[in-house]
Amino acid sequence: MPQMTIAKALGEGLRAAMDKDPKVLIMGEDVGKLGGVFRVTDGLQKDFGEQRVLDTPLSESGIIGTAVGLAIRGYRPVCEIQFDGFVFPGYDQIVSQLAKVRFRSQGKVPMPVVVRIPFGGGIGAVEHHSESPESLFAHVAGLKVVACSNAEDAYWMIQQAIETDDPVIFFEPKRRYWEKAEVSVAQPPAPLFSSRVLRPGGQVTVACYGPLVKTCLEAATAAEAEGLDLEVIDLRALSPLDLGPVFESVRRTGHLVVVSEAPSESSVTAEVAARVQQECFFSLEAPVLRVTGFDTPYPPAKCEEDFLPDLDRVLDAVDRSLAW
Amino acid sequence: MSDPQGWIPGDPRSRPTPEHIVTGLKGTDAGGEDLVQLLTPEGVRVPDERFESYAADIDEAMLKDLYRDMVLVRRADREGNALQRQGQLGIWVPLLGQEAAQIGAGRALEPQDMAFPSYREHGVAWCRGIDPTDLLGIFRGTDHGSWDPLEKRFHLYTIVIGNQCLNATGYAMGQVFDSRVGGADTGTTREATMCFFGDGATSQGDVHEGFVWAAAYDAPVVFYCQNNQWAISVPLEKQTRVPLYQRARGYGFPGIRVDGNDVLACLAVSRWALAECRSGNGPVLVEAFTYRMDSHTTSDDASRYRLADEVELWKLKDPIERVRVNLVREHGVEPEFFADVDAEADALAERLRAFCRAMPDPSPDRIFSEVYADLSPQVEAQKAEYLAYRESFAESIGSEA
Ligand SMILES: Cc1ncc(C[n+]2csc(CCOP(=O)(O)OP(=O)(O)O)c2C)c(N)n1
Ligand SMILES: [Mg+2]
Repeated sequence: MPQMTIAKALGEGLRAAMDKDPKVLIMGEDVGKLGGVFRVTDGLQKDFGEQRVLDTPLSESGIIGTAVGLAIRGYRPVCEIQFDGFVFPGYDQIVSQLAKVRFRSQGKVPMPVVVRIPFGGGIGAVEHHSESPESLFAHVAGLKVVACSNAEDAYWMIQQAIETDDPVIFFEPKRRYWEKAEVSVAQPPAPLFSSRVLRPGGQVTVACYGPLVKTCLEAATAAEAEGLDLEVIDLRALSPLDLGPVFESVRRTGHLVVVSEAPSESSVTAEVAARVQQECFFSLEAPVLRVTGFDTPYPPAKCEEDFLPDLDRVLDAVDRSLAW
Repeated sequence: MSDPQGWIPGDPRSRPTPEHIVTGLKGTDAGGEDLVQLLTPEGVRVPDERFESYAADIDEAMLKDLYRDMVLVRRADREGNALQRQGQLGIWVPLLGQEAAQIGAGRALEPQDMAFPSYREHGVAWCRGIDPTDLLGIFRGTDHGSWDPLEKRFHLYTIVIGNQCLNATGYAMGQVFDSRVGGADTGTTREATMCFFGDGATSQGDVHEGFVWAAAYDAPVVFYCQNNQWAISVPLEKQTRVPLYQRARGYGFPGIRVDGNDVLACLAVSRWALAECRSGNGPVLVEAFTYRMDSHTTSDDASRYRLADEVELWKLKDPIERVRVNLVREHGVEPEFFADVDAEADALAERLRAFCRAMPDPSPDRIFSEVYADLSPQVEAQKAEYLAYRESFAESIGSEA
């Protein structure tokens, strides 16, 4: 099994999808000659040409809006948004058209468009480069939202997203882009819209996604040293949520901590908490606790260590849950 | 009609071949016959019928000042790059090559005018009285801009491409509503707004909408586009078929292309454009035709997408060198003056270094402050909880020690 970084795995996944289906296009700012600012699309324009890997004019509304048109024409565009904070000029097209064309045409016009967004903080960047806007998309009916957390998922999930006949907002954990892992290229480990138990455990369930999966796995390792047994679940699909494994886990542990970098208000973590308390009310031995970014704009980078949930804050919540 | 082989930059009837675009061989140094120029790359002062009067007061002393400004901002810029390389800054956005475009425009602004920058406008900031040390926090990650935008009449840097064009237009509409446009000119009562953005930005909806709105309300905005030929790796040809200044016509206001490496021309044209706006004839589009001599930012590697030849070509048009040559040849300025400016630049660089190294990290309170005008109970609760958590941590570390 080859070792790959997440960035490389995404690139290889895109390459495989383009090889397989000539209707797959890549479009975005600097994705061609430069290979994207994170080099995810490195080499693709050279190999597939400028008609399949488009260095677009600088306009996100243009990228999404023309992708909608290309999809109407039968293409399967994969749009790259350069950073999380730059998706908003395209948000209108995403919410008003991309999300709704299937419904409006009553299925006559599918929208197989993927919007890739590097998200999250922890890279010491200037404003608008560290945000976690996933809940703004999960809230919109008609959109599917996923987040990968490791190289193998990156490789497979991007291909599965491209094969999906609905629009998929695909979040990539930018601060983990350079982390390597083994990738089995033989077959996908799981369907796209499924959560996965990454570490079985019996005392507290920890649900997370994207960049904080690694943090939570590290927290579980640290907890183990103190004799605590955490189960870590990577949600992967944020809309639709696949909470079956979470319900099953919480029925065993009675404790749930949900972890995300995004602000907590009206968020994916809020949705998970609401559904778990509804489904697992009699199994819960403590309220569902959340460890999240604060309900503030993303702060200047020198404050981000305080803003971002880390191993200690996860363990603190675990302790509070157990002590309830 | 359109012979792709014989592509003439700026001529809408001819179109570049993919090779022109892909190899970066775009002949981008050719500004075309409409280019306003008062000082040639060789340092020769040339007359310009239309704009001469806006440069009439530029004597030797003032030319020296402009030279000094450009040398100092270039030095501060190079120091920014160096501080990033030394790990003192997370990133730096260089202005190298755009000194004349920025100092010319910045010096044309009156104190009562307002400016809306993008993220590369260190030279304009300098002209608005913002010390280069005040820029460092943005790139070190201690703040999002430490100056008071209203006091300096220089808004915060805007990173989301194009956003500021609508904000500037709205501000300028306010100048109209407050009767600060037109009427008698006492020198200080009439106002205008200058909005800075790049060639890539012209593709954004916000920029287009800014043009439409400014035209609809006769808003006194000078849309000042620094066409540095590149939007990260994407060449100008991907954003436009016509020279950018010609777009203004479609919106119903004048557009003008100025040699962005000629500080005199930039100053004169900006003065004219601001005067148009103050008198009620705005808006105006100015395209400062220049070149990004460095990579997009310190995170970028321009060698991946453009040829060194192109950069070499533009080195011959250096905005500072031509002023130096002119000062020597046409004003007989002695070497001592240049040595003094260099010494001042060294001192500025030293001051920046020392300041940067001593910058304190913000306290975690910063995360929660000024999110709303009224304290939000939710945010306040999160703040209290987090600070208590942090405190408990400090205590437990203390007790272990
Ligand atoms: C809405 C938005 N999309 C993408 C980016 C990322 N980005 C930063 S600078 C840049 C290129 C800008 O080019 P131009 O407008 O020519 O200005 P220059 O950097 O050359 O001064 C891009 C794509 C951004 N900051 N904002
Ligand atoms: Mg540019």
